[in-house]
Amino acid sequence: MAQTPAVEPFSTRESWLGRLNRRTAHGDRPFWVLVLLFALAIIGLVGAVGLVVYVGSAEARGLYGLSFLTGTVWNPVATEVREASYGAWPAIRGTLLSSLIAVLLAGPLGILIGVFLSELCPLRLRTPLSFMVELLAAIPSVIYGLWGVAVFVPFFRDYIADPIANSLGTNLPWLAGPVATGRGLMAAGMVLALMILPTIAAISRDVLAVVPSSQREVLMALGANRWEVIWQSVLPYARAGIIGAVMLGLGRALGETMAATMLIGNSTRIEQSLFAPATTAASLIANQLPNANDALHESALVYVALVLFGITLLLNLIARLLVWQVSRGPIGRV
Amino acid sequence: MSIRASAPRNYAWRRFVGRLMQTLTIVATTLAIVPLLLIIGYVLYRGGASLTPGFFTTDYLPPALGGGIEFTDPTVPAPIGEQPFNPDDPFAGVGIDSLPGTGLENETIPGTAADGASDPAAQPRPPEGDLTQITAQGGVRHGIVGTLLVTIFALLLAIPLGLLAGIFLAEYRDNSVATVVRFCCDVLSGAPSIIVGVVAFVLIVAPTQTYSGWAGSVALAVLMVPTITRATEEMLKLVPDSTREGAMALGAPTWWSTFTVVVPTALVGIVTGVLLAFARGAGETAPLLLTIQGSNKLSFDMNEPIAALPLMIYKYIESPFPSENDLAWGAAFVLTVLVLIVNILARALTRRRTR
Repeated sequence: MAQTPAVEPFSTRESWLGRLNRRTAHGDRPFWVLVLLFALAIIGLVGAVGLVVYVGSAEARGLYGLSFLTGTVWNPVATEVREASYGAWPAIRGTLLSSLIAVLLAGPLGILIGVFLSELCPLRLRTPLSFMVELLAAIPSVIYGLWGVAVFVPFFRDYIADPIANSLGTNLPWLAGPVATGRGLMAAGMVLALMILPTIAAISRDVLAVVPSSQREVLMALGANRWEVIWQSVLPYARAGIIGAVMLGLGRALGETMAATMLIGNSTRIEQSLFAPATTAASLIANQLPNANDALHESALVYVALVLFGITLLLNLIARLLVWQVSRGPIGRV
Repeated sequence: MSIRASAPRNYAWRRFVGRLMQTLTIVATTLAIVPLLLIIGYVLYRGGASLTPGFFTTDYLPPALGGGIEFTDPTVPAPIGEQPFNPDDPFAGVGIDSLPGTGLENETIPGTAADGASDPAAQPRPPEGDLTQITAQGGVRHGIVGTLLVTIFALLLAIPLGLLAGIFLAEYRDNSVATVVRFCCDVLSGAPSIIVGVVAFVLIVAPTQTYSGWAGSVALAVLMVPTITRATEEMLKLVPDSTREGAMALGAPTWWSTFTVVVPTALVGIVTGVLLAFARGAGETAPLLLTIQGSNKLSFDMNEPIAALPLMIYKYIESPFPSENDLAWGAAFVLTVLVLIVNILARALTRRRTR
């Protein structure tokens, strides 16, 4: 037990400490200001990111304006016959196509995994499998890129790309050869799909797990079997969240740098074939910004970053709204 | 909820569809988890194979210098191993022994004998001439040191910011500022890491005219802040209000009860968040490419380019020399094991807490 403090003799004058306590609500007001400042700093960080890429791209924005987005030529090297000129369409096209391939492959698969983990999996397996999925989502992307370069691309070239290009590709220009190294949109899209699969699966599982049991019980009481319960009750109830999960996966694929850089071949020419090398916004920046030729080149690359930031910002906004909607305001509340 | 108006044809059909789809989910799960586990297994297997005895204690060794020559002579001008490696240059690292006028011709043989005895990694002298035959040599000490330095300084920057912002979100919950801050956290954690790299490049690297470890730390810190903030917020929200009320009843002001009662109660969870942020930061590659550039030598100076494990993987896997490819696999091994251990540790911490 602590010793009882000696009682101060009564005095009409307030001590400095008492005054301080009274004015600051015993230190709570400075505390509030302190944590508020740090919270505002996070808003500041986002603002700073946006501001820096906006200001840094001023030169390119002034020169090209919005036609930058549709410009098809990215030529940073000025020669006697061609001036240096910058257009972001090859990068935007590569980003969208590789992410689209990734989402088309990983979306359905990821949702099925989410369904299995939250609805069908034996209880004993649920925790270890969920943990494994989370662990896989934490593996750095450069590891997937490494595996893609060393193992996947040679296999992809010999057993997938070459046969397809030689058979179907003779008629379909978007599957045509030549398959040089195997690196290109398709290879990058497939490895991106592997990368975003754990993300989509983990978030779908979380979303499905918060669907109330009453939703399942109602349909079961009507005589539905397990799959009908999932298909007609659980999935519709969680559909907003599942769309959000797929969009978050899409966001990850859009912004992914390393795996794309290592696998897409980094060519700024636009070619029709999915097996041909291409580039993405992120890999273009990673490749060229460290050794930009001049201020305009640097500014154009920052402009590409601004475009990428805009796309992912929009996507995240929509995805978060959807996930938030399913966790707050259910569609069919009982 | 509306139930589909058209009734399924019959029971056998319904049972068939149900069985089919259930099987499909199992197939999908197997199809996804098995290859992903194979990737990790292959990285561990291939990386483990390239671990040499001196793997953790030596730095980068160019293929031409398999004899373990150490450049201790300060008069030697910029050894080739310390120049930025260019994978497109087939002569990178070749021929230091034969360069006239560097004074190395005489030191080669004694240096090999003296250092070879103390350094087991340097023992096997590779066959003369054929650089494409030399396998695993050198080590990743510089990469480990660089990654730890950059990531730990990033944590030191990110922890105060994330912790205090998280306290704000948890203790002053429902106000418009908190909503905006939460949204900004989501934006930051969803933004491509390369964009944070671009910002650090424009703000720090371009004005100072040099790549530096500090620029990398700042970029990683920005990427870590949202993880730490949200973890802190979630964990503090789990602390029951009766705990806060108990402290209040004893006369403690909010700040005192926050730091002495609420935060310690949730400490394990917060530490978990910090560990996950560390793991994420250690694996980030794209922002480091634009900020610290990578280096082949051991350096503790945060004001100059510094090495990092992810950058080593990225650079050396494209190298024509098997010895450098082995180094990439070895670095991948170290990075994967680091990330897995940190994640499992974080998991173990939370499990103990919830019991």
